[in-house]
Amino acid sequence: MPAPEVVAALATRFAAAPFPLGVSVARESLVEAARVLRDHHGYRYYLLGTATERADAIEVLHAVRHPATLDTLFLKTALPKDDPTVDSLVLVWSGADWNEREIYDLFGVRFRGHPDLRRILLPDEYEGHPLRKDFPMDAPWGFRP
Amino acid sequence: MDPLKVVEQPPAGSRLEDVAEEVVRFPGGGIALLRTEALFQWAQSSSLWPLTFGLACCAIEMMAAFAGRFDLDRFGVILRPTPRQADVMIIAGTVTIKMAPRIRTLYDQMAHPKWVISMGSCANSGDHYRNVYSVVPGVDHVIPVDVYVAGCPPTPEALMEGIFELQRKIRKGSRAGA
Repeated sequence: MPAPEVVAALATRFAAAPFPLGVSVARESLVEAARVLRDHHGYRYYLLGTATERADAIEVLHAVRHPATLDTLFLKTALPKDDPTVDSLVLVWSGADWNEREIYDLFGVRFRGHPDLRRILLPDEYEGHPLRKDFPMDAPWGFRP
Repeated sequence: MDPLKVVEQPPAGSRLEDVAEEVVRFPGGGIALLRTEALFQWAQSSSLWPLTFGLACCAIEMMAAFAGRFDLDRFGVILRPTPRQADVMIIAGTVTIKMAPRIRTLYDQMAHPKWVISMGSCANSGDHYRNVYSVVPGVDHVIPVDVYVAGCPPTPEALMEGIFELQRKIRKGSRAGA
């Protein structure tokens, strides 16, 4: 659980919407909020990054941890489906590198400023992003050696 | 049924007389007359060196089959770490689209004659991962398969039966992918 004063500070400074495990911020202020979290509140450790597809948006979720208190805070950003682009957090937490590549691989979220945004799990020549809801389940597997 | 009973019996057809239709043994020992092809098939089937390809949980059962309790060494089945020395490739596990070109490359690097055992439901058909975005629905899309071993995962006894089945096939004259 994140410390309540951290959530409150983010909510006032970035107009972030709190939820029980963290805050949801607009995508324009994501990097700034991340820097404040790391430098002023001590959340130095990047835990994981993942994404969820909702009816109207793709939510990118970053989890970060305070190494002394072991508080965990989730930083959520909603992206429109027709333009799933967000700033990369690699320059804030370098541990976000492969997590963002995985989100790009499976959800097609483009991370601006990522140093090496390639597929990480699927083959490079793979077409589409299979965890999107519009990915056809009955697609031919498309590989012939 | 005693699970170890099958391993106490030598596989059928391991004697020279079981292989060739006609064997003429000269008295005094040491010399026999038979078709060379039958002799070579008998020799090939009796020293199948597999290139292991453990891809998932089937690999655990394959390792158990090679370990002391079942001990495939005594049938001439000795693990090889390289395709250059291998006669048979055991595909044990789920084949992903990313792994498929590697399987094909290693299969192409094996010297003839060569055979393939597909171990477990995933390698046979994809099983419950059949429609998953990253999975090949059966390794026979990538390389020709000689023996399919059913099971999820197959027991070591089932893999041994698959190897014996391959030996029977070889003694009947099977070549790669035929």
